Amino acid sequence: MSTLRIKAGRVIDPSRGVDETADVWIEDGRIAEDSGRDADETIDAQGLIVSPGLIDARVWLGEPGQEEDETIASGAAAALAGGFTSVGAMPDLQPPVDNRAAAEFIVLQAKRAGHCQVFPIGTVTKRREGEELAEIGQLIDGGAVAFTDGKQAIANAEIMRRALQYAGMWNRAVLHHPQVPELVTGGVMHEGRHSTVLGLRGMPVAAEEIMVRRDIALAELTGGRVHLMAISSKNSVDEIRQAQCRGVRVSADVTPHHLLLTDESLRGYDSRYKVDPPLRTSVHQTALIEGLKDGTIGVICSDHQPHAEEKTVREIDQAPFGISGIETLLPICVEALIAPGHLNWSELLQKLTVGPAELLGLKKGTLASGADADVTLIDPAAEWVIDSTQFVSRSSNTPFHGRRVRARSVAVIVRGEVKFRAGRAE
Amino acid sequence: MTSGTASGESGPAAWTRAHLLGLEELSAGEITCILDQAAEFKRLNEAGEGKLATLSGVAVGNLFFEPSTRTKTSFSLAAKRLSADTVDFTASGSSLSKGESFIDTALTIQAMGVSMMVVRHSSPGAPQLLARHLSASVLNAGDGTHEHPTQGLLDIFTIREQRGTIEGLTVALVGDILHSRVARSNIWGLQKLGARVIVCGPATLIPPQIRELGVEVSHFLDEIVDEVDCLNLLRVQFERQRGAFFPSISEYAHLYGMNRERLRRAKQDVLILAPGPINRGVEITPDVADGGHSVILNQVTNGLVIRMACLHLLHLVRTGGGESHR
Repeated sequence: MSTLRIKAGRVIDPSRGVDETADVWIEDGRIAEDSGRDADETIDAQGLIVSPGLIDARVWLGEPGQEEDETIASGAAAALAGGFTSVGAMPDLQPPVDNRAAAEFIVLQAKRAGHCQVFPIGTVTKRREGEELAEIGQLIDGGAVAFTDGKQAIANAEIMRRALQYAGMWNRAVLHHPQVPELVTGGVMHEGRHSTVLGLRGMPVAAEEIMVRRDIALAELTGGRVHLMAISSKNSVDEIRQAQCRGVRVSADVTPHHLLLTDESLRGYDSRYKVDPPLRTSVHQTALIEGLKDGTIGVICSDHQPHAEEKTVREIDQAPFGISGIETLLPICVEALIAPGHLNWSELLQKLTVGPAELLGLKKGTLASGADADVTLIDPAAEWVIDSTQFVSRSSNTPFHGRRVRARSVAVIVRGEVKFRAGRAE
Repeated sequence: MTSGTASGESGPAAWTRAHLLGLEELSAGEITCILDQAAEFKRLNEAGEGKLATLSGVAVGNLFFEPSTRTKTSFSLAAKRLSADTVDFTASGSSLSKGESFIDTALTIQAMGVSMMVVRHSSPGAPQLLARHLSASVLNAGDGTHEHPTQGLLDIFTIREQRGTIEGLTVALVGDILHSRVARSNIWGLQKLGARVIVCGPATLIPPQIRELGVEVSHFLDEIVDEVDCLNLLRVQFERQRGAFFPSISEYAHLYGMNRERLRRAKQDVLILAPGPINRGVEITPDVADGGHSVILNQVTNGLVIRMACLHLLHLVRTGGGESHR
């Protein structure tokens, strides 16, 4: 029986409403009570935040199919470097994770890599074509914890209805990219003044809002759980808030970059700012922050989408959408939410632990005695400069390169094992 | 009018830019500097001066990643009249079809000693991207639906030549504003020089936020035809449109076509411009295109001297200035 003592840190555990200086004990991979004996190993956590291990509910890991962008091993290592003990793996791969074997492959590769825990998310429909339901029951047997067709919206309302009904049998969430495809065809950025000046095809907020309203209506109809990924519009936040008040099972997440950047960033035609949904205006940004503050939005995700340099350094309308974001999530959230006083640490960590754990149905995100010993130690005062050339991820497509930021994870413990420490993987 | 720099009377400013990427970033003085230089070249051309030696020994690359006849020919001729060596590069039959990236293609051509790149590309911002990666001067010859600065300049030059000034004129841009790079360059340039700009076209082809650029919006040519000094009839860009933005060509011609009847209701001295190529019978009837109000062919002639002026001024910056055009 090996024991690990994390000594005298500021323990913040939103699942239990704890924020106090205390020790955390780990015994055989689980959180334990103080046994009064000497620990085999002690980590001095003075000045550090001791949090339940961070969870990113949805990251895109490239494998199988686009290993030039990321692999399960490189992505899981990048997640550790970002402070994450668990991630949900998106299924929009080649081939897509639409069957049991594909889900088991993700689990196997993650186990071989031995970095953070990786939970596969299965597709909603076969081949992500939006026409027939995938074998959701067998995907669950293969380890899938939730379902999504990734960045492909499920345009057919009848298919979405069935998906919510069917996944509801296992009480699993359907994660949806709420966007009416025909309103964003060829789109590059938020439709507004800047898209007009730049001559770039716009993606109007209505494309998102129409789909958000439809999905809420279908969740209300079916009693299923719909989770709206990366919402970006003020009206979306308002609609979700009202639906939640009526008891509809709808939830939502946001990304850090939508909280910090606006469509004006595209002025230089730099494809590192090209994301889907697009960066919008400060009006929307303010509404997203309000949604986080009042709990309408319960989860923050990196929306990690690594892309190899040869794909991104090119004409903006031909570059792919996305940011390699898992290694910068924490400091960007601190800059966008904590520094201006929108959220305190406990509120932020709630959206990175309890929120995503609940979404994916994981018994994690807590430091309660007996729980899996997934712990992240954060130095909230660490000042550093983001250097994308030093990313653990295979890809360095980030708009935050060179940014001076604050807060960094300094140790990551997965099931009792120290997997990452002081800026280097172990 | 939102353009804070609007002043048709402002004198020319010294040209100091390494690239010509769009008119949005230029001041009224910088635009006037180009127009005045073009006027000087036009005077020399008409005086029968032969080739000028300005760009002797300089290699100019024409990189056309999108089909073009008139702009490419005009740039090529402009460079030759300044004694430059020209290299023409088109996307078809090039290494682009072998998978080489656009940036690598340009770097390769630059490595052959080409110091000025004229770039036409279907992607907005492509010249900006090249300007970041190259040491050569980049001249935007049209980037997607963003800007086409030399077309905007030659339109403005043509109007100024006819009217003496831009300040105080009302200019209507008619047609497909949504997909038009010519419209964007005209909007910036004309407003900076003090014109009032109206964009006119079907609501489906006018971006909702266009008013934020300082222009007025009309959806019916009949409602503005009697108050404008100049009409710039933009081509319906069938190749850039996805899906139908208006019900039929005949309905478009019915609402927006410039014809004899509308010309009768226009001001006596109205100028008719069209960036071309024109669709006769769609945005303009043949009698108007070939009639006395039309300056369509003057535009083409002026395009040459505008492009000579742009190449000349960019070259002066490269060589540290001071050198005369002779």
